[in-house]
Amino acid sequence: MTIITEMFQYEFMNNAFGAAGIVAVVSGIVGFFLVMRSQTFAGHALSHIGFAGATGAGLIGLAPIWGLTGFTLAAGIVMGLLSERISNRDVAIGSVLALALGFGLLFLHYYTAFASQAVALLFGNVLAVDHATIATLAVLAVITLLGLAAIMRPLIFASLQPELAEAKGVPLRFVSTAFLAVVALAVSQCAQIVGVLLVFTLMVGPPAAAQRLTTGLWSGLSLAAALALAEAWLGLTLAFYSDWPVSFCIAMLSAAGYFAALGASAWGARHSHAGVVENAA
Amino acid sequence: MTDAVALDRVTLRIGGRNVLKDVSIAIETGEFIGVLGPNGAGKTTLMRAILGLLPPSAGTVRVFGRAPKRGDATIGYLPQVRTVLPDLRIRGLDFIASSLDGERWGVPALKRADRQMIDETLALIDARDLAQRPLSEMSGGERQRLLLAQALIGKPQLLLLDEPLISLDARHQETAIAVVREVARERGMTVLFSAHELNQLLGTLDRVLYLGNGQAVLGTVEDVITAPVLSRLFGTDIHVVRTQGQIFVMSHGRDVEHAAHRHDHGHGHDHHH
Repeated sequence: MTIITEMFQYEFMNNAFGAAGIVAVVSGIVGFFLVMRSQTFAGHALSHIGFAGATGAGLIGLAPIWGLTGFTLAAGIVMGLLSERISNRDVAIGSVLALALGFGLLFLHYYTAFASQAVALLFGNVLAVDHATIATLAVLAVITLLGLAAIMRPLIFASLQPELAEAKGVPLRFVSTAFLAVVALAVSQCAQIVGVLLVFTLMVGPPAAAQRLTTGLWSGLSLAAALALAEAWLGLTLAFYSDWPVSFCIAMLSAAGYFAALGASAWGARHSHAGVVENAA
Repeated sequence: MTDAVALDRVTLRIGGRNVLKDVSIAIETGEFIGVLGPNGAGKTTLMRAILGLLPPSAGTVRVFGRAPKRGDATIGYLPQVRTVLPDLRIRGLDFIASSLDGERWGVPALKRADRQMIDETLALIDARDLAQRPLSEMSGGERQRLLLAQALIGKPQLLLLDEPLISLDARHQETAIAVVREVARERGMTVLFSAHELNQLLGTLDRVLYLGNGQAVLGTVEDVITAPVLSRLFGTDIHVVRTQGQIFVMSHGRDVEHAAHRHDHGHGHDHHH
């Protein structure tokens, strides 16, 4: 047991566990809807746009987290408003994504003092999180989850059955815009932990695995949050004892979790088919 | 008795094209109407106008005497263009539950009564096993039955079913028609049931609404499915062949409905015959 308690003797590890815990739960829950709506690529693009925002903020002397949050939020809302035209078109999203990374590089070029932080932005630096950042993350997390709770019902309806939802009076465009704003907030928190390039590890891996393992709404949501939390904390622990980068450990666990869930559901499907055949015979 | 649906000199335009032009029809409460016509004749467009999703560019639409409005709880709807996300791992129960008060804000909660209602309705169409299965593992026909059950939930007074028989095998087509007819009679519900084939609905429908060339003809099968009426509607020579209780509408030696029906196969629906 002492080997476990050892890492909690360091304040940076306690901070890292706190920050990663908050962000993992938010990422798992928001990511669940991202996966359900097949909009994961849009989420990925938002994080790259956030990179430009963070470096741009550095250029004008603002804290990167506000540039990141502001830019992703604005981009999320614009993508939502253009919804039919942009947010589900891979090519358009890919172009915007590349352009955003390009701008990030340009801002870095003019603000060389910031360059050392670039790697932290791209791949995360959860071990450098301080109390103030945890407080900021907690506030953002509450806002994100409240925003999601407010639109959750019509969001699910519009995601599963857009034609019927429209007929029943759900404002589709508003719902998809509000959702992308929620995603933007979650992405900016997630990027603090695993970096803009690896937001998939917490926002897509755990929810996608959860949806292979369970088909219920609430069970899926809970499992997505629990898996994200487990992967984030296990990743931190693994990193502490192995000295590998935290984001690598989380990315590895996320991929392992997803492929294990794929395997488990494939095995389960074969198993139940066999059962049906037996019953029929 | 007020008409369930009344169109007075209605023109419906989509993208600069008159889909229906100067159409006047009145559907009585409790009628079972078979909506027929080739692809693009305006079956879906008409339903969208009744739902208040498409304002007419001329004329007035009335639903139970009122102007149509979005979100009308008295209308049950089974849309034709069904967006099913490729990897949707959500079970049937939660899929249907999403439509119950789905337009209200906040967090969804599945009440015991809702659950029971879903269960009873699924049982009605012999689809209870779909409640626990994920959509991604259902066949086109199974999804269709799920959607049909959903349209019946909430005791609507008017049921708009847009091609509900697509993807269903013959046995489930019969069940679907029989259930809709039974529920409609029991509840005094008005039904607009669009289909590619008239013959399946022959014993069920009260009147037929035939759409074509921007026009609409509403009447009994005997009055509407005749060579002169349909020839006028299509603007070409139409022959109607009646044999052994079946009716075939032919144009230049081809079966109009089957030509339209075959067209659908190209769109990836998994038909079974």
